[in-house]
Amino acid sequence: MAVCIAVIAKENYPLYIRSTPTENELKFHYMVHTSLDVVDEKISAMGKALVDQRELYLGLLYPTEDYKVYGYVTNSKVKFVMVVDSSNTALRDNEIRSMFRKLHNSYTDVMCNPFYNPGDRIQSSPGGPYFLCPIQSRWALLPVSDPVQVGPTPVSDPVQVSPTPCVRSSPGPLITW
Amino acid sequence: MEWRRSYGRAPKMIHLESNFVQFKEELLPKEGNKALLTFPFLHIYWTECCDTEVYKATVKDDLTKWQNVLKAHSSVDWLIVIVENDAKKKNKTNILPRTSIVDKIRNDFCNKQSDRCVVLSDPLKDSSRTQESWNAFLTKLRTLLLMSFTKNLGKFEDDMRTLREKRTEPGWSFCEYFMVQEELAFVFEMLQQFEDALVQYDELDALFSQYVVNFGAGDGANWLTFFCQPVKSWNGLILRKPIDMEKRESIQRREATLLDLRSYLFSRQCTLLLFLQRPWEVAQRALELLHNCVQELKLLEVSVPPGALDCWVFLSCLEVLQRIEGCCDRAQIDSNIAHTVGLWSYATEKLKSLGYLCGLVSEKGPNSEDLNRTVDLLAGLGAERPETANTAQSPYKKLKEALSSVEAFEKHYLDLSHATIEMYTSIGRIRSAKFVGKDLAEFYMRKKAPQKAEIYLQGALKNYLAEGWALPITHTRKQLAECQKHLGQIENYLQTSSLLASDHHLTEEERKHFCQEILDFASQPSDNPGHKIVLPMQSFAQLRDLHFDPSNAVVHVGGVLCIEITMYSQMPVPVHVEQIVVNVHFSIEKNSYRKTAEWLTKHKTSNGIINFPPETAPFPVSQNSLPALELYEMFERSPSDNSLNTTGIICRNVHMLLRRQESSSSLEMPSGVALEEGAHLLRCSHVTLEPGANQITFRTQAKEPGTYTLRQLCASVGSVWFVLPHIYPIVQYDVYSQEPQLHVEPLADSLLAGIPQKVKFTVTTGHYTIKNGDSLQLSNAEAMLILCQAESRAMVYSNTREQSSDAALRIQSSDKVTSISLPVAPAYHVIEFELEVLSLPSAPALGGESDMLGMAEPHRKHKDKQKTGHCMVTTDHKVSIDCPWSIYSTVIALTFSVPFRTTHALLSSGTRKYVQVCVQNLSELDFQLSDSYLVDTSDSTDLQLVPLNTQSQQPIYSKQSVFFVWELKWTEEPPPSLHCRFSVGFSPASEEQLSISLKPYTYEFKVENFFTLYNVKAEIFPPSGMEYCRTGSLCSLEVLITRLSDLLEVDKDEALTESDEHFSTKLMYEVVDNSSNWAVCGKSCGVISMPVAARATHRVHMEVMPLFAGYLPLPDVRLFKYLPHHSAHSSQLDADSWIENDSLSVDKHGDDQPDSSSLKSRGSVHSACSSEHKGLPMPRLQALPAGQVFNSSSGTQVLVIPSQDDHVLEVSVT
Repeated sequence: MAVCIAVIAKENYPLYIRSTPTENELKFHYMVHTSLDVVDEKISAMGKALVDQRELYLGLLYPTEDYKVYGYVTNSKVKFVMVVDSSNTALRDNEIRSMFRKLHNSYTDVMCNPFYNPGDRIQSSPGGPYFLCPIQSRWALLPVSDPVQVGPTPVSDPVQVSPTPCVRSSPGPLITW
Repeated sequence: MEWRRSYGRAPKMIHLESNFVQFKEELLPKEGNKALLTFPFLHIYWTECCDTEVYKATVKDDLTKWQNVLKAHSSVDWLIVIVENDAKKKNKTNILPRTSIVDKIRNDFCNKQSDRCVVLSDPLKDSSRTQESWNAFLTKLRTLLLMSFTKNLGKFEDDMRTLREKRTEPGWSFCEYFMVQEELAFVFEMLQQFEDALVQYDELDALFSQYVVNFGAGDGANWLTFFCQPVKSWNGLILRKPIDMEKRESIQRREATLLDLRSYLFSRQCTLLLFLQRPWEVAQRALELLHNCVQELKLLEVSVPPGALDCWVFLSCLEVLQRIEGCCDRAQIDSNIAHTVGLWSYATEKLKSLGYLCGLVSEKGPNSEDLNRTVDLLAGLGAERPETANTAQSPYKKLKEALSSVEAFEKHYLDLSHATIEMYTSIGRIRSAKFVGKDLAEFYMRKKAPQKAEIYLQGALKNYLAEGWALPITHTRKQLAECQKHLGQIENYLQTSSLLASDHHLTEEERKHFCQEILDFASQPSDNPGHKIVLPMQSFAQLRDLHFDPSNAVVHVGGVLCIEITMYSQMPVPVHVEQIVVNVHFSIEKNSYRKTAEWLTKHKTSNGIINFPPETAPFPVSQNSLPALELYEMFERSPSDNSLNTTGIICRNVHMLLRRQESSSSLEMPSGVALEEGAHLLRCSHVTLEPGANQITFRTQAKEPGTYTLRQLCASVGSVWFVLPHIYPIVQYDVYSQEPQLHVEPLADSLLAGIPQKVKFTVTTGHYTIKNGDSLQLSNAEAMLILCQAESRAMVYSNTREQSSDAALRIQSSDKVTSISLPVAPAYHVIEFELEVLSLPSAPALGGESDMLGMAEPHRKHKDKQKTGHCMVTTDHKVSIDCPWSIYSTVIALTFSVPFRTTHALLSSGTRKYVQVCVQNLSELDFQLSDSYLVDTSDSTDLQLVPLNTQSQQPIYSKQSVFFVWELKWTEEPPPSLHCRFSVGFSPASEEQLSISLKPYTYEFKVENFFTLYNVKAEIFPPSGMEYCRTGSLCSLEVLITRLSDLLEVDKDEALTESDEHFSTKLMYEVVDNSSNWAVCGKSCGVISMPVAARATHRVHMEVMPLFAGYLPLPDVRLFKYLPHHSAHSSQLDADSWIENDSLSVDKHGDDQPDSSSLKSRGSVHSACSSEHKGLPMPRLQALPAGQVFNSSSGTQVLVIPSQDDHVLEVSVT
């Protein structure tokens, strides 16, 4: 189970960072921030390789006594960093990879949201459609009715505006607009 | 030699070393042997026997016995070597080769493996034969040895695998297996196959790790519990010896702890890796190992004394580093810092935690408990190992020294930390370096050395700010605040405090604490009263929006301007602010246009609210604070033909986007904020800013005209000043001063003359204050009256068009001057009132064009008339007004339009004459006409004008005409001309009774030559014998011209000739049928001499032929005066032109249209012709005035019936 997950913008500020033991958030912030050193190093080393053959998964960035920090970088240089408890030996490279892929997918979904401003912080709340949350050693992507809340002010539900009540109530053939 | 291996492994060149040992039966391996290094691979029997007898007697027996022993131990790897000597051979030359010893041995022992017997001839001689036999022997030896080795190794590996498969069995021991696999590793190492040896250790490592993991998962193996014994010794890795026999033995004895096993394993791996020239992998593996061990101990729940692991890790790190340093040169190490820096950092971290544990970091030094702990830890290290005892910098010595005293610890810790930071920095891992630096700062803070800590904290904070990591920022700031407090950097501390007090990542209590710190400081009585501490405002409060009242932010001199700002306080508690000051920069506006009232009305901002973008403080500068691209299309056209030259896109705010990124640390620097001193200040005192939004209102009275720009916003709390250095976007307000102005404009589109019209007066007071008694003096224009109405009121508006008051207007009129007393109004107000003015009906000269048929008007051009035909005639009235604020008079011009146009016409019926007046209403209004009069101005007594109009009141609608007719009657000889004046009263039809009586509309005109002189009568008779005229048959036209009067004044002209007291005049007649009904046959015109006498008659006959059937009007007969060519007039018409022109004029006349324009056109043709000079002197024609000729047959028609053979019926359909 990942203890901390972070989405970091190209400019290295956090778009999204969340850790499960919330009382020790600061430690993970420092850890993720420090890990960017290695991410940068790996990216610059990768820059020499062919771009199209590039592996997005950066692998283990660095281990610490208690945690392992893994990295992943999208083509747009958005970084995903995941901190995993070292004692959790069940998580092998493949699991980490698939977690990153899922995270990438949900990040893509957030970017596809027209109400999202690229560069704004991403907020995930239980109940958001793209719900980034660690569930049993996996980052699950749960589609829920509400849209993702993006930006400093919560956007009030633009999706639920479309169905009109009169269409629903009419017993006759459904009117399509 | 080349080694081919089973399982498809690639062949390798190996170096196999072997020992020759004398055969002893006890050396042969027993069943279940695990030792491979001492294994006898090949047994060789040496014999020198060359005698058959001897062979049979002893050697054969001995060989048999040897073979049996080998067989008993199931060893099949043997070789028999027979050494032959030439000396002996020579004696037995006759011996058959068949029966040689070699053959015998081969026969006896090597029944199927003849290669197992080798002959070595004359080994000590130096002959080619000897050499050959040696080579053969050695090759054989090698082959067999390798064969045996491969076989035995394979068997060993199989055994080992079998053993490994048994690991689930209860009695299985890891240590035992460890020894077996290590044996294999040793063999590989011996073969210099380090890679393979390493694999063996890696397998062991993985196996052990898996057991530990399984144990953690609850699947415990019995043997593993042994490794779970409490850690008693933590003396670190030992990497200097190739094989740590001590540890190996302990493993063999099954006494090793987990750390022992791991240490031993790693030391072996390290040795092999170094053999393989991979020192960096050692460093990497070491870090993994250390982390792993810590985890495993935790997982196995091994009891470890506090600090023991730290010691172990620290020692191990240093040991690894020193080992690597020992086998690499400096340059190599420098270029591979990335691999080792982790170990450095780990060691630093561990030393730090040891220091904290042993009380070496506290200010007071370690207490007794700490000292006890230190002693325990040092005891666990044991004695220093002999191999490092002589090195000065051994990890053991370092640790011991570091733990011995506070000073030594500090030295070692700082050394390590600095080394780590330096390494991190050198490989570009800035963030990691800052993080270590923060630890160091923490250490310094514990050591009460804040001045040293500050630089590290600032560095780290800068880094976090640049990348926008909120939580680390908050944490580091908190540390920095403490540091600054200790350092006594009041300004910095207060600034950091303000930032922290506004930080939402902190708890409410913490924020309140920092806020209170600021307030406490602010409330302290300052020893230096003038001293101000200037802090940036952003953290304290943010300017959200600003609202001007009046909303266009333009105010006149002396006016009051309100500025309401919304400040969003970031403080957690209400803060009492002594004053909030806005520093205003004043500049005299050069563009005076902005100051005028027009500008005021044109430039009305939407609502006067200016919003300030919210600060995005936690975000890095890089992206979010940048403004959006402002792109515009750009077209450049060539000036000559307006074609497109270039086009492109321009970014208007390049300077904003491409400027150098300022380091955001400047936000933290108080020096960046300078308090501007300005003469103009807006002040608001004693405000309490509640957390959240606050409304603050500034009031100011505008003084000098110009533009005021809001520059800085300062809030003072005691001696602390929070300053917003720049207010952006730029906020300005304008103060203007305006000259008083008077505007007069008609209320409607145009003013109509003759009826009362409203005119609006607008007085913009500007800076002038209208006092009681101030009045406007209007000098009266002659033809324009100012109507004074009692109830007229003036409205006074403020500058923003809000009505402030209204007052009655007093108007006093004398014959020269009308005085309007203005109501009292303050400066910068607008007074509006309406006055009714009446333009008197126009003078006769202006009353339309006096038109008469046949009257030439050479002063007008045809086109002008067309234009004026539909426009109203206008009159300008100029009024000069004296204003109280100026010594100069204002002259205004008002243009009035005459609503009517009048034309007149003279109508005849025989000798009876009528005057018709047509009044055309050109305006949009309907009028009521009344009391129409036509009077003769010349007052001839015998002339009478009898009105034929029945109604006295008559409405005239917009764009319509009304006709009036009078009959002219006279008793005596009529005057040649008649001067008439037409007057008609009029009033707007829609309005009620007007207060004043309006002057009637007058129109003067002159009628000349109105007396009928000639009567023309035309008759058409059908051909003789016919009842009716027929088409196509000639009919006779008889024209009868009769003179009706005797000689009159009007006849006296050039055409008149006198002979014998008889007067006659020359006339020309002409018959024209413009409608082509008739074909005039023969001469259509002729000149006659007409006697000037009453009843004189001239008869003309002509032949005409009707072209159509039906009632046809008669052709026109025109009469002209025929003037001789020798007249005094210089201008004469040539024949062509007059005929042409006349036909045109006749044409027009024949239509008999009342349209005046066609009448005029005729006159104009004459004027145009008369101005032409043609060559030949020709007689002139002059049309007789319309009044002098009466066509008595006009309008009569003749019935023409179609000719009988003409069946064509023409129907024209239009």
